[in-house]
Amino acid sequence: MADTADIKETGLLVDQAAETGFRSRLIYVGRLLWRDKTGLVGLIMFLIVVISAVFAPVLAPYDPLRQDLRAAKQPPAWSEEGDISHPLGTDNLGRDILSRIIYGSRVSLTVGFFGVLIACSLGLLIGLIAGYLGGRVDNVIMGLVNLILALPYLVFVVFIAAILGQGLIIVILIFGFTDIPIFVRITRGEVLRIRESGFVEAALSIGSTRKRIIFNHILPNLIGPLITIATFEMSAMIFYEAGLGFLGLSVPPSVPSWGNMLATGRKYLTIYPWIATFPGLAIVFTGLGMNLLGDWLRDVLDPRLRRMKK
Amino acid sequence: MQRYILSRIVQSLLILLGVLFIVFFMLQLTGDPVSLMVSRNASPEQMEMLREEMGFNRPILIQFGDFIGGALVGDFGMSLRHRQPAMELILERLPATVELAATALLIALLIGIPLGLLSGSNPGSFWDTLARGAGLVGQTIPNFWLALILIVVFSVELGWFPTFGRRTWDVFGMELPTKSVILPAFSLGLFTTGQLVRFTRSAVLEIKNEDYVRTAYSKGLKDNQIYLRHILRNASIPLISIVGVQFGYLLSGSIYIETIFSWPGIGNLLAEAIGNRDFALVQAIAFFASLVVVTLNLLTDIAYGLADPRIRYGD
Amino acid sequence: MSRILTVKNLVTRFYTFDGVVHALNGVSFHLDHGETLAIVGESGSGKSVTMMSLLHLLPMPPARIEEGEAVFEDDDGPIDLLKLSKPERRRVRGGKIGYIFQDALSALNPVMTVGRQVRESIMEHLSLDQKAARERTIQLLEHVGIPGAKSRYGNYPHQFSGGMRQRVMIAVAIACDPKIVIADEPTTALDVTVQAQIIELTKRIQDELGISVIWITHDLGVVAGIADRVLVMYAGSAVEISPVDRLYEHPQHPYTEGLLAALPRVGAKRGKRLASIKGSPPDLQEPPRHCQFAWRCPYNFDRCWASAPPLFEVGEGHYTKCYYDMDQERPR
Repeated sequence: MADTADIKETGLLVDQAAETGFRSRLIYVGRLLWRDKTGLVGLIMFLIVVISAVFAPVLAPYDPLRQDLRAAKQPPAWSEEGDISHPLGTDNLGRDILSRIIYGSRVSLTVGFFGVLIACSLGLLIGLIAGYLGGRVDNVIMGLVNLILALPYLVFVVFIAAILGQGLIIVILIFGFTDIPIFVRITRGEVLRIRESGFVEAALSIGSTRKRIIFNHILPNLIGPLITIATFEMSAMIFYEAGLGFLGLSVPPSVPSWGNMLATGRKYLTIYPWIATFPGLAIVFTGLGMNLLGDWLRDVLDPRLRRMKK
Repeated sequence: MQRYILSRIVQSLLILLGVLFIVFFMLQLTGDPVSLMVSRNASPEQMEMLREEMGFNRPILIQFGDFIGGALVGDFGMSLRHRQPAMELILERLPATVELAATALLIALLIGIPLGLLSGSNPGSFWDTLARGAGLVGQTIPNFWLALILIVVFSVELGWFPTFGRRTWDVFGMELPTKSVILPAFSLGLFTTGQLVRFTRSAVLEIKNEDYVRTAYSKGLKDNQIYLRHILRNASIPLISIVGVQFGYLLSGSIYIETIFSWPGIGNLLAEAIGNRDFALVQAIAFFASLVVVTLNLLTDIAYGLADPRIRYGD
Repeated sequence: MSRILTVKNLVTRFYTFDGVVHALNGVSFHLDHGETLAIVGESGSGKSVTMMSLLHLLPMPPARIEEGEAVFEDDDGPIDLLKLSKPERRRVRGGKIGYIFQDALSALNPVMTVGRQVRESIMEHLSLDQKAARERTIQLLEHVGIPGAKSRYGNYPHQFSGGMRQRVMIAVAIACDPKIVIADEPTTALDVTVQAQIIELTKRIQDELGISVIWITHDLGVVAGIADRVLVMYAGSAVEISPVDRLYEHPQHPYTEGLLAALPRVGAKRGKRLASIKGSPPDLQEPPRHCQFAWRCPYNFDRCWASAPPLFEVGEGHYTKCYYDMDQERPR
């Protein structure tokens, strides 16, 4: 998102920062955030979602499961029939929409976080193996990776979800496993790049062990790209989870999640449109925040981008 | 170039073989495919009957061989629900999906590329801000939610478009799209529009700094000549592969959009099949969708090769 | 000889996020009809920036031309290149001044045939139709020594060898009979034998068309063979201007002296180390307050640190920006 000169400069500054301590690096990242306000805005938006997930019981005005049929289908507070007791209105069963959205962030973030955790750690491992061993192992792994990346992702995710059934853990596993290839590809690319630089031979020749090379040289180079990709992938998983929920294939319908709320809202779309509107806004808000953050991270962290722009 | 095409074709065939493998073994994921297909209160006898009927009681390798054999001639078995060959159902629904996805792509291209060009050529300007915002928003609004909102605003409130269904206009046996395609296509295409804006913008920004663009300026060409002849032309080559990938996304995304708009296409068929636990049909759709995506990728790679003389005349 | 271009006090700066880069600090020189002026200096000294400033080819922003004038003797009177309107500037680019870029592989559009790349310039400046422009393009390609020009018209840059690509680049530059051709290190990326061919070609074309050439290079060895006069640049300033033979015999700036001493010579004693100039060029982010070479200069004395030296005339057509008189071995 930033202009070329901007990227070049932040890149240079990161190089300088790499030589100094952790504390000053933090201060420095803070300064970069302050200068590129979009990154800051993204971070704040993301933190709002995280806070609402963590402190949901404190923040939510109602129990998200409590039905109150007398207060059902109440529009948001600012419309004529609305009431301040339910700021965003209530759904068909009289459940408070605001509370459900706050609790819904838990499902989204849990799926996104653990999904990415699984995908990233397994992808890192497999990518290291592929890049490091090379040869036939690499061919087999990359063959599988290319196969999976060539599939229409959503169709297969829906397919698997339909077979495995509903449930939070299942959804996490589905996203965690189907997203491995992306991380494999990045890790392997970085390993190969470093291997080709001739610098591993040099390190080996002065007596470094392979393990040390991985930990001292390859992993530090990977952290930037991995964090960036992880941000984008997490945001994508939050999307896909909501989509599965919308089709009734994610967590059970009783669990307040944004996707489930949208599915309910769709049924009452023409008469009570707000039931579908607000969970959607929550998804957009989260996605916007994470994309802004991801764009900023990419500009600041990705050494590949820096090299390219030089 | 020929060798390049040949190797890509072989690669695509291998991928399709892998797809068949995945699609087949997916049903075995829970151990018993029959239990997936029946309702929860089916009796053991009913299940046994179905197992017999579907051939799930045979050794798995024989089943797999059978499946592959059938797949090679386009036979994916019968849809349990429709009592009709799965492939036949898919082909019946194909025109509607193609109409939807192609319209969505057209909208995305017509908005995305000019906006990206405008933005990349004047970074920091009003157009740039607008395009960057549009790109970001397009990327972050889920199409299934956008579809709902568009229905509320344009169908329910304003009454400009039908809330659901596909209407066509028959002219000499051809089914031409009517305005019923606009809302679904727009909701489906917004993400791709955002991608194209962002991609075109960054491609233009990058190519603007190329040496050959400076050469073009040194020849005294006009700005619009430089943008059209040198910048956009060169940016359009990588754009080809983006468009290929995006068309695949559009096909996948049609699951939501066709369901919401009751659009009689393949995405709708898939959602229905899942609801009915009609897994022969799900398998067939998954394979068909993969076939389309793999073929598209192959075609865009070839088109890419043809468009870039460095590949076309390379070895 | 009559002047075709007179540049006075050209100041160009780059406004980057890191601060202001003082790329050119008042560069002045002139160019006569039909002569070859070589501009030498290390990379970053401002050779290319000077030339690109004249044609407004720098990315703006960050670049900004702050001061100066560049008077070009057009057919109907003098014009200041720095004060042209956009259409006037386009008329000069390619039409009056042709530009040969350093690396022809990246300077030619990879997805456009070389024929079209030459032709588009012709169609822009000469009132020829497509067919005539094509004819002229083929003639030009033949003229710059591309065998089978007619059949190679539709080829793409990557299908040519490095030397042939550079010939295409030359054809682009001379396509519309310009008055001046700027050759921006056209031979750096090439083999030595091909280098010689390109230099020969440029000289031949110059004689035939009677154009003036500005030849940018960092290779003083090349300069001796082609230039009439030499302009030495250092850190954004023209530090010495001289007829070519005088420069080699009587360099009047310590930097030029250093450059010449660094040239390998045939017949030099074996084992004798090549001289090099100690230190590195100054940080261009500081505005110049004194002689920019003073840090590295073996002769520096107090005045060098007090103010930037003006241009002293030290012989016929020979100027230097140095307070130290190297002939007399004492300050001026």
